[in-house]
Order: sequence, then structure tokens, then C-alpha cells
Amino acid sequence: MKELSLHILDITQNSIRAEASLVALMISESIADNNLTIIIEDNGNGIPADKLATISDPFVTSRTTRKVGLGLSLFKAAAEACDGFFEITSEFGVGTKVIGSFRRDHIDRVPLGNMADTIVTMVMSFGAADLIYEHNYNHRLFSFDTREIKETLEVTTLNEVDILNWIREFVKEGLEEIKEEE
Amino acid sequence: MAKSLAELKAIRDKKVNEINLRHGKNGYRVVVGMATCGIAAGARPVMVKLMEEVAANGLNDVTVAQTGCIGSCRLEPIVEVYDGEGNKVTYVHMTPEKVTKVVEQHLTSGKVVDEYTMTIVDGKIISPEVKA
Repeated sequence: MKELSLHILDITQNSIRAEASLVALMISESIADNNLTIIIEDNGNGIPADKLATISDPFVTSRTTRKVGLGLSLFKAAAEACDGFFEITSEFGVGTKVIGSFRRDHIDRVPLGNMADTIVTMVMSFGAADLIYEHNYNHRLFSFDTREIKETLEVTTLNEVDILNWIREFVKEGLEEIKEEE
Repeated sequence: MAKSLAELKAIRDKKVNEINLRHGKNGYRVVVGMATCGIAAGARPVMVKLMEEVAANGLNDVTVAQTGCIGSCRLEPIVEVYDGEGNKVTYVHMTPEKVTKVVEQHLTSGKVVDEYTMTIVDGKIISPEVKA
């Protein structure tokens, strides 16, 4: 993947397929610690214990259309190529948590990429499911919660063009704000 | 997110008037493949462009949706256009530039953009439309 945000987009699709109603995405970037960590947690169906050990193997997948599944494998490979680590924990019936950690200045670390477009694309595919997005950049925090938007608008899904456009701008501006030089 | 509540409310008020126009029976349904293969091939910018163009052209009866792996990963990004009767046209190797043309011709005036479709299979030209 050319951007870390594309891994995020990909992995959250797993959450939706696992019937999650809430997905929490946490990104923390620290220049002082030279670290970039991505955590994706959902309350979906979870992965049975016997499958969990091999889930990031490209030849293991829960889908039935073919025998390969590359999403988690690619994310794991990306983290490990950057002196980082990958971790997946899951409880069947409770949810799944995926962590990818990267050495921020590693030459092979691809950019985080366009988070605004990624969030919008995620929201479009989420339907009734909700997303919490927290981005910590050198201890400055941006947060976004689709439940607040749905509550304000009194709607159950945000898949309407002008709402999506608003979300895109909101995320873009919010991230620019926390990344501004102090 | 408190400062933007007013803005959101304004969007909502506008929506109430519009909502009846949407999801019309004759409207196209556009589906973008958004699995690992699609995403890696560039489905996200295609998706975002589609959303922008549909809005810019005021196509209120067009719905845009996502799906998983369509099964032809080598042809991603794939965009499927369903008409009101369920007939399907499949566009392959899509880019944001191609999206502009598909929205202008197909979604606006019903003219299939043949050259972007999956019409040539093993050297044989087939009809771009798959009947329901």
C-alpha cells in the first residue's frame, strides 16, 4: 500500500464484515519518541482462538471466495519492515484489536496519507455502524465521533453527499490544526 | 465538535427538502469494489471523485455504495453501474479522470462509455451491458 491510511481503510472493512457496530481508530504520532502507532478496535464477531494465531498468514482467510487474504498480512509486513511490530488480539463474540507500530523516521515507512478521504470512504461503507477517530500528534488531540453527528442530525446513516463533504472538511481542518507549528 | 453544530443543523434542514428526490426508482446505483485489491489499486480516489462528481452534477437519484472483492482483482479499481431494472455495466481500471467522463455521459445522459468497460475478454468483444 502506498499510504498507511489505505491499510486502515482496508482493515476497518474487516470490522464491518464482522458485523461491528462500533469501530475505534486511534493514531498516535510522536516525533520525540520517533513513533507512529495505529490501533483499530472493534466490537465485531471476533476471531476464534484457533484462527487467531495464523490470521496474518496470507494463506488464511475467513472468506470463502478464495484461499488468500492479504489485508492483515500486508499491514504486518509494513510494520515489521519499519522496526515496528504488529499485534492482533481478539475474543470470539466480543471484538478484535489490531495494532501496528512503526519507527516514524524509518526510510521504508510510507506516509500516513490522506486521512480525510480515508475517513469519508470509511463512513460511506459503515452504514449504521459508528466510528470513533482519535489522532494524537505530539500530544495535540483531534477527535471525531460519528455518533455525535448522527445525534445532531437525527439520522441513522451518514451516507449523504453533503454530510460526507462536511466530514471531509472537518477532518482535514482538524488534522491541519493539530499539526501546525506551535 | 461543538463549534460546528450550527453548520450541521443547516445541512440537515436542507436535507429534509431533498430527501424525497433521492433513491428514485430510475436512479443509477454505482458500486465501487473496496477490498484489499481495490484499495491497493486506487479505489479510494475513485470513490471520492465519484462522490464529488455526483454532487457537482446534482444527480440526486444516484446512490453510491461500496462492496468487497468483485473477483477480478487484476481489473481493479472496478466500478459497477446498475440501472433501475438491475442491468449492470462494469467499468474497469478506473481512475478519477475516467470517473468524470462516466458521470457526465453514463449517469447524466445514459450513454455507456464503451472504452472503459470490460468489453474485451480474451480478444473477443462482448456487450458492455449484463442484463438483469
